[in-house]
Amino acid sequence: MNPTDASPAVEITGLNRRFGATLALNQVSLQVRRGRVFGLVGANGAGKTTLIKHVLGRLKAQSGVVRVFGLDPVADPVAVLGRIGYLSENRDLPAWMRVDELLRYTAAFYPKWDMAYAEELRRQFGLAPRAKIRTLSRGENAKAGLLIALAYRPELLLLDEPSSGLDPVVRRDILEAIIRTVADEGRTVFFSSHLLEEVERVADDLAMMFNGRVVLAGALDDVKENHHRLVLRFDSPQPSAPKVPGVLSITGGGREWTAICNGKREEAVAAAARAGGRVVAEDSPSLDEIFVAWAGTKTE
Amino acid sequence: MQLHISTGDGSPIYLQIANQVKYLVASGRLAAGDEIPPIRVLARQLLVNPNTVARAYLELEREGVVQKRHGSGTYISDAASPLARKERLRIVSERVDALLAEARHLEVEPQELLRLIKERSLSIQPKENK
Repeated sequence: MNPTDASPAVEITGLNRRFGATLALNQVSLQVRRGRVFGLVGANGAGKTTLIKHVLGRLKAQSGVVRVFGLDPVADPVAVLGRIGYLSENRDLPAWMRVDELLRYTAAFYPKWDMAYAEELRRQFGLAPRAKIRTLSRGENAKAGLLIALAYRPELLLLDEPSSGLDPVVRRDILEAIIRTVADEGRTVFFSSHLLEEVERVADDLAMMFNGRVVLAGALDDVKENHHRLVLRFDSPQPSAPKVPGVLSITGGGREWTAICNGKREEAVAAAARAGGRVVAEDSPSLDEIFVAWAGTKTE
Repeated sequence: MQLHISTGDGSPIYLQIANQVKYLVASGRLAAGDEIPPIRVLARQLLVNPNTVARAYLELEREGVVQKRHGSGTYISDAASPLARKERLRIVSERVDALLAEARHLEVEPQELLRLIKERSLSIQPKENK
């Protein structure tokens, strides 16, 4: 057995990256466990792609540690990249190749390439073998990129904004590929997205990034259980948003305000009561609403 | 088995699956002995994480709605039919709670609400008897 078998698929500790005056990654730590789907969430420019480039070894850590299957992707690129199926955000495929040539060309790099599986995916994705990459639609291009990332059954599927700018039918194919990948035992998916709905559907774990920092990370179920939406009623109209400690965002007007809070429900209720607010309704916010609430705390 | 997952509301997906299966049992669209799809199949059909489907099935098994048969699949259990009535009441109770909350919001007293329910019930009864 390989001594690194028990290690997480990806482990990042205290990673910093500076581009000129901009701190693109600020003390980022996260762990992608094997056999799980990990969603990396953040607005454009939050640092997601920079983080992924470190996982691929295309950027060297300025400080901090990046390990993929226990290995340093900069020191050992062949061993690391041979285990990752990667779909980049701009899907840089060679425009002059035909689809069948792309498959044969890519197959040459990977000893574990499964031509039967590649062919099955090609049919399923509706890609004509003799079509030139240049002539493919945006969705077909994404599917071609996904196909070559999947066809050697990598241990880690790494997708950077896989469904960005794509129509719902192609997004469905991509989600299905993610689900198929984890359903096959032991394989791991690490993907970035700004589509919270997709993350909520397929992720086991997630991290939210703002301005180069991970502000929230954990199992999706825990994240959802630890956020509450409370509708608060005050005895008198409030001229401005009431200050309630522990609340991420508060919107509304007059006597009624809606607060999104993080942590124990009872503590949030008690804090609201001290500020003069009574809970008249409550439920669970969606991941989208949780993200927006956190985003507000990072831009003010 | 047709289920519909919505990510817009805050309800966890595993609970949506479990509740909808219970609803199908309560409304008679799933009967004792019916097989429900394997975890991977349902995960791909609904486009959700297989672990989420597994959690829903575990919940349903714990509550006695479904049972696993050694290696062959997951089935609606025989014990699910007495549960069906309980489940129907639970579903209606949720609606009642929502109604009570709205009534309170609009300052309609429970007594008045009860009177209203009786009144409405009488007025729609002939239509339901056909």
